[in-house]
Amino acid sequence: MSVFSSRKSHPWNDTEGDTEPGGSPRLALLFLAPALLLLLVFVAYPTVYSIGRSLFDARGTGFVGLGNYATALTDSRTLVALRNTVIWVVVAPTLVTSVGLVLAVLTERVRWAAAFRLVVFMPLAISLVASGIIFRLVYDEDPDRGLVNAVLVAGHDLVAPSSPYPGVRPRDGALVELPGGGLGSVGQVGAQDVLAVPLTGFAPDALPAQAAPAVTPGAGTGLRGLVWLDAGAGAGGVPGRVDGGERGMPGVTVEVLAGDQVVTTTTTGDDGRFTVPDLAPGSYTVRLPATNFAEPFRGLTWLGPALITPVIISAWLWIMAGFAMTLIAAGLAAIPRDALEAARVDGATEWQVFRRVTVPLLSPVLLVVFVTLVINVLKVFDLVFVIAPGSAQEDANVLALQIWQVAFGPGGGDQGIGSALAVLLFLLVLPAMVFNIRRFRRDRS
Amino acid sequence: MTSVVGAEHRGREGSAEPVRSRRAPQRRPPLAPRIVHRLGGPMLRVGLGLVAVFWLMPVFGLLAASLRPESSNAASGWWTVLTAPAELTLANYAELLADDGLVRSIWNTLLIAVPSTVLVVVIGSLAAYALAWVEFPGRDWIMIGVVALLVVPVQVALIPVARLLGAIGLYGSIVGVVMFHVAFGLPFAVFLLRNFFAGIPRDLLEAARMDGGREWRIFWKVVLPIGQPAIASLAIFQFLWVWNDLLVALVFADQSSAPITVALRGQLRQFGSNIDVLASGAFLSMLVPLVVFFSFQRYFVQSVLAGSTK
Repeated sequence: MSVFSSRKSHPWNDTEGDTEPGGSPRLALLFLAPALLLLLVFVAYPTVYSIGRSLFDARGTGFVGLGNYATALTDSRTLVALRNTVIWVVVAPTLVTSVGLVLAVLTERVRWAAAFRLVVFMPLAISLVASGIIFRLVYDEDPDRGLVNAVLVAGHDLVAPSSPYPGVRPRDGALVELPGGGLGSVGQVGAQDVLAVPLTGFAPDALPAQAAPAVTPGAGTGLRGLVWLDAGAGAGGVPGRVDGGERGMPGVTVEVLAGDQVVTTTTTGDDGRFTVPDLAPGSYTVRLPATNFAEPFRGLTWLGPALITPVIISAWLWIMAGFAMTLIAAGLAAIPRDALEAARVDGATEWQVFRRVTVPLLSPVLLVVFVTLVINVLKVFDLVFVIAPGSAQEDANVLALQIWQVAFGPGGGDQGIGSALAVLLFLLVLPAMVFNIRRFRRDRS
Repeated sequence: MTSVVGAEHRGREGSAEPVRSRRAPQRRPPLAPRIVHRLGGPMLRVGLGLVAVFWLMPVFGLLAASLRPESSNAASGWWTVLTAPAELTLANYAELLADDGLVRSIWNTLLIAVPSTVLVVVIGSLAAYALAWVEFPGRDWIMIGVVALLVVPVQVALIPVARLLGAIGLYGSIVGVVMFHVAFGLPFAVFLLRNFFAGIPRDLLEAARMDGGREWRIFWKVVLPIGQPAIASLAIFQFLWVWNDLLVALVFADQSSAPITVALRGQLRQFGSNIDVLASGAFLSMLVPLVVFFSFQRYFVQSVLAGSTK
């Protein structure tokens, strides 16, 4: 049985039973007293206190009026936090409500909907700290650790294989860096020349297994050359000369250019040699294109300043989508089948039924989901705190986190500005509070 | 009632295509309907299956990373366990559980979460009963106050309560953290329980009153047993809420009373070199919530749905 499908068996939604008055006011007071006391002391009074406290300076002795608000609203850190909070409020609840709606509608048609919804709902049960650590791992920059970058790199390498010799550079004076990238021969070479191309900056161990000992091209015809790893220089060898034990670099692309035109392209063999036999007499430039040496693609810096907020929102989506989906699914289950059937009989397509009947009938539920998500978004603290590395925390900052930073964080301790920010947050929540009260009163009447 | 979300949906579709087109099917239906139509079959199931995998993958990754030695985590991704399952080990967990500080933080988590839950249930159900079944002046206003307090962000109370707890010498202690959690759990508790209690058939209470039952007896013998599903939902919700809290403990708990979330947060600075500690610690912290969730999912889901405000 699906636990998600129906709520008929419980009087959950019965916000107003016909409560018959009874009992005595004195007893009611006794039953209510502990709750009221705690609510007054820890929730209501602090809210009022914060408003007063926000008008005083850091030590709480000097009255500064709205000075704290002015200070806060001109502080660049706070402005970034406010900007991000706006981004969150605009993007996240809409995104999660939409995803929840889509999943709720789609799961209506499969038999294992309950199991699916359980899986998507599960993140709500675990802490935001644990979720944060999970997503810090998912988005880790190192493709050997972060799943997203690993997938990106694998995909990228499939489309554009990575270069065989990243980071390689020429032995001093042997080649020149070309303006368009890549390495070029110094000066012009003739069609029958022999070119030595000693390269360094690459670990000999990392050479491909088939790399054979380097051999200087002997007598022959055509433009010949040797591309080898001139690694022996440090161990008694001579820079720029082929010493014993040095190996050729197989698979290096070599281009021969006449002026700006590529005349021919070849690849070095296992021993590092290349030959271009039938070149017309003339003078050429030899180029090893940059693709040979490009640093490999390592994915994106997800946790850097630019992408950090979208990344955290995606983690929040992972957590909250189950909430939206489940609430909307409950709303869907309550839609009278007759309305849908009538539309279908009228010849409406499934899509039209969805847009013209389902969504309008669902709109009260969607609104509740949306408002609840907005409230949740405004309070987002742990996720930002955990996912954003120290270096990107300022870029990921949100109002709820900034309050803690200012009042309790390292180097903080300004309770005046902290209170001002808390009041600001309270003001942002206020419309949702009004919405809830109105909904509550309407439900009762 | 005008709905923001509904209006937005209508707006995006554009009003150029009025409802009257419904009787005359277009020769070439627009893209979206065709997609929806196609989704009906196996594609839908495959798609949803992928979504489920997508949702489980991050948790699975954390579990896998927590079962690999740090040297492996430094060298390759957790997904390599799929080809080299032999390297899996419980050593990270053994090391973690040998660390007094971490074990202490797990105890602290329990010491905070259990009393917070019990107190919220007791205090909340008493108040909810009074609000549902006892008539007294100002009852409706108290209820509206409760609804208003539902959305007050924890951040608003941090500074004043820190001062308050400091004044009575409870700043840094578990008791202070518990008091804060109970207070902030109460609006939801009262809201949820009152709604449920109000739905109890009046006859049952009347009968108990006719039998000469005092209020306390009615509460104990009639309301609490009938309210069990709601109380279970509330208890599970509150327990998980407190178990998972970081912010309140970060502000009000000192080092000796810090729960596991705070302990984990302290490890974050070295992220990258201590994935063994972080992954196993995080998974350890998730264990209790996951067990509670899968054992009592119905109640937890109900509480989240009933709340939809917190």
